[in-house]
Amino acid sequence: MAEHQNTNSSHAGGAAGGVPHSAGRGAPEHIGEGAATGPAAGAVDPAAGSVDTELMTINIGPHHPATHGVLRLVVDLEGELVRDLKPVIGYVHTGIEKSCESQAYWKVIPFVERMDYVSYFFQMEAFCGAVERLVELEIPPRARYLRTIFLELNRIHSHLVWLGTTALDLGAISMLWYCFRERDKILDLFEMAAGQRMHTRYFQVGGVIEDIPRGFEAKLREFIAEMPVRVGQYEDLLDRNEVFLSRTKGVGVVPRERLLELGVTGPLLRAAGEPWDLRKAFDYLAYPEMDFKIPVGTVGDGYDRYRVRVAEMVESVRIVEQALDGLPEGPFIADDRKYVLPPRSELSTSMESLIHHFKLVTEGYRVEAGEVYYSIESPRGELGCFVLADGSAKPARVHFRDPSFVNLQAFRDMAVGTYVADMIANLGMLDPILGGVDR
Amino acid sequence: MPDAPGLELIRGEIEQDHPGAVLDTGFDRGQPALVVDPAQILAVLTWLRDAPGQGYRFLSSLHAADYLPAEPRFAVHYELINRDRVERLRVKALLRDPSAAGPVAAEGVSGRVLGFSPGEEGGRPRASVGRETGRRARPDTPSPPPPADGAEELPEIDSCVELFPTAEFQEREAYDFFGIVFRGHPDLTRILLPDDYVGWPLRRDFPVGGEPVTFTYNERAYG
Amino acid sequence: MRERQLSARDMLRGDLEGEELERYVEQKVVMTKFEKMLGWARSNSMFPLTFGLACCAIEAPISLVTARYDLARFGAEALRASPRQADMIILSGRVSIKMAPVVRRLYDQMLEPKWAISMGACSSSGGMFSNYAVVQGADKFMPIDLHIPGCPPRPEAVLYGFTKLQRKIQGNPDQGWRQRYDAAGTEEWARGGPRSEPSPEAAAAYEEARRLTRDPDQVPGGSIRA
Repeated sequence: MAEHQNTNSSHAGGAAGGVPHSAGRGAPEHIGEGAATGPAAGAVDPAAGSVDTELMTINIGPHHPATHGVLRLVVDLEGELVRDLKPVIGYVHTGIEKSCESQAYWKVIPFVERMDYVSYFFQMEAFCGAVERLVELEIPPRARYLRTIFLELNRIHSHLVWLGTTALDLGAISMLWYCFRERDKILDLFEMAAGQRMHTRYFQVGGVIEDIPRGFEAKLREFIAEMPVRVGQYEDLLDRNEVFLSRTKGVGVVPRERLLELGVTGPLLRAAGEPWDLRKAFDYLAYPEMDFKIPVGTVGDGYDRYRVRVAEMVESVRIVEQALDGLPEGPFIADDRKYVLPPRSELSTSMESLIHHFKLVTEGYRVEAGEVYYSIESPRGELGCFVLADGSAKPARVHFRDPSFVNLQAFRDMAVGTYVADMIANLGMLDPILGGVDR
Repeated sequence: MPDAPGLELIRGEIEQDHPGAVLDTGFDRGQPALVVDPAQILAVLTWLRDAPGQGYRFLSSLHAADYLPAEPRFAVHYELINRDRVERLRVKALLRDPSAAGPVAAEGVSGRVLGFSPGEEGGRPRASVGRETGRRARPDTPSPPPPADGAEELPEIDSCVELFPTAEFQEREAYDFFGIVFRGHPDLTRILLPDDYVGWPLRRDFPVGGEPVTFTYNERAYG
Repeated sequence: MRERQLSARDMLRGDLEGEELERYVEQKVVMTKFEKMLGWARSNSMFPLTFGLACCAIEAPISLVTARYDLARFGAEALRASPRQADMIILSGRVSIKMAPVVRRLYDQMLEPKWAISMGACSSSGGMFSNYAVVQGADKFMPIDLHIPGCPPRPEAVLYGFTKLQRKIQGNPDQGWRQRYDAAGTEEWARGGPRSEPSPEAAAAYEEARRLTRDPDQVPGGSIRA
């Protein structure tokens, strides 16, 4: 458990130098009484005791304050120890993928936004990116930068929601209010640009739907200046908090290879020491031009996951700042009128624009038959979108490879053999969003 | 991604070890794909994972699609990543629908399940056929009569859970949505839909469901 | 408001008397009609159930209890995890067919008096998801007292809905809509409570209205759709 994984794996993704876990935390120190509560130290040997033990199967959820959504867990407990665990999902299955098959391509965007309802820009980007690959449309540089800004703001938003709710689960109740205070600032920015706090429908195939308004840049710079200070305050509150440490250190360690086998991606994988981030591995949007690091952990316990996500927040602020500084002028959406609505000012003067507008709004654009799988790095891991087009104006199949769905398979490995309280902590650190799990 | 010649090289190498496994290659929109015979899918995946120089060890996504009315109808897609070289590869296995084998069986089965036969439409069946609500078995409604030829036949393919444990939930999802049976899966049950749900919703000939919005002019029809 | 300040000053000086004093007392002191007091107490100390289904759950309950849209100002910050201890359930999110029996069971476990708010388009009517997997409106399996439109509704919208619910609980659901929508000839149903029978006059008026809307010749002035 104490190996230092300053990995330098030879993948071609560029500088993956992380913010490694500082040395003192490699081995579980004695911090108070409640040091390593992981499987090695915490597993109780039933044969040693003389108490009659039997397994009790209980049901946690789907309505439960700590399950981060409607997740049902059927756990076999031996006292307080979790012997087996089976997640039952599907309680918020919305049939989005089926609904998408009966909508025009641009109407699919609000549907897929609502899958993973905390990182909605990412779903929009996955779908719009997939369709852009299908129709081979290039988006202008300003749109790429704007998309990057909003994606990273959404990443910060998602991590703030995660931090607030997970700290709430672990007992640090006031973190909820602090994190959501910042979250409201981000939502103000979204509302300024797109008109709605959540589910903004801001990305369209070809770029973004509207340029950022006047005053947005100033407000964003205020936010950029303030956010690292706040993150520092969060760290002050939690980093050396005894209760938080004892609940997260050594808890829920899964070996890196096992995580890779299970298809886990995102901060969970990076906390275990694997520097795999799709932003660096596959170039998309404006990330190749940004200079940022990927935080990588060493041990892969709950504390590492917390540190990785908090560090990611800081890195995202840097990315936003760089993107804002380098925001190029130009159109915010592609010019191709076959796929992109013409600006409204043209509708009264140009007949062709009117016809294009009419066709796009009523029937939508047709996409030639083909299929494409496009994936990006969402706050939870690899979010992939598979679009199958059959030549008509509606997609024939839209499938999302949701990171929470796949990461949930690691939950068994994390929680079996630990106490129930650790299971709740692990669930928090796993960061599932059940809308994405269930779609 | 392996480019087009690289893809052909991979195909050639697989042919040496497992002749007849790769049926086709595709390079659509810059994304390499291998179309593989479903009976040999495990062999191909194992080769891709373990052969020296290949190393596609990360299964990023396993999903299914319904290509109706094209035959073969179902496809299981495996999205593989080689993390050392940062390359993606897609492996497709196309499956036929055994219940649509002959004219008699097609009429009986699809008549029972859907109330119409897909061939009648004379074209691509639309994804939302009418607005019937999805069927859900309830204790009080009688279950539909079994077809004359026994249990409903479902397309089958080997499960790759041994090779890629990440496929566990994803194969269950493909089973849940399309009815594709993965032989060898430890627990092939419905995952997202209720356990007693009847029907495979994401098949193209299954109706979207839902109900029409009642406006004043048609309020009489609905109460 | 200036009036109230002046009258408060007069009260302190002992200058109010007669009618003015009565009016002042009315404004400041709750009248002792028992139901009214009960309604006031219930509406200002709601114990919502911590129940979030999907996207609306991030806006409420989570965002509502945070500092900007403070639910505690309305007395409802004591969110309860157990339905036995809660008296209000906010259905925030889409109700899938798998979840519907669970929600119904939760609602049944709550003790009377209880209220249900259907927040957002998905739980009010199925929202944008008109498909096999979503129940088209939670009305189909449980009584809902208040619907809040939006996708997701802003927290302010939820608070507005919440104040309407408070007024409904206090037995005063009239929000001035009668004047705004020219609702002459109609009557409020909810005066007796959320699940009471309509008064005979209200039932007759509704029947009349239904008859009129079905037969365009009967509507004075022509069809209502014109």
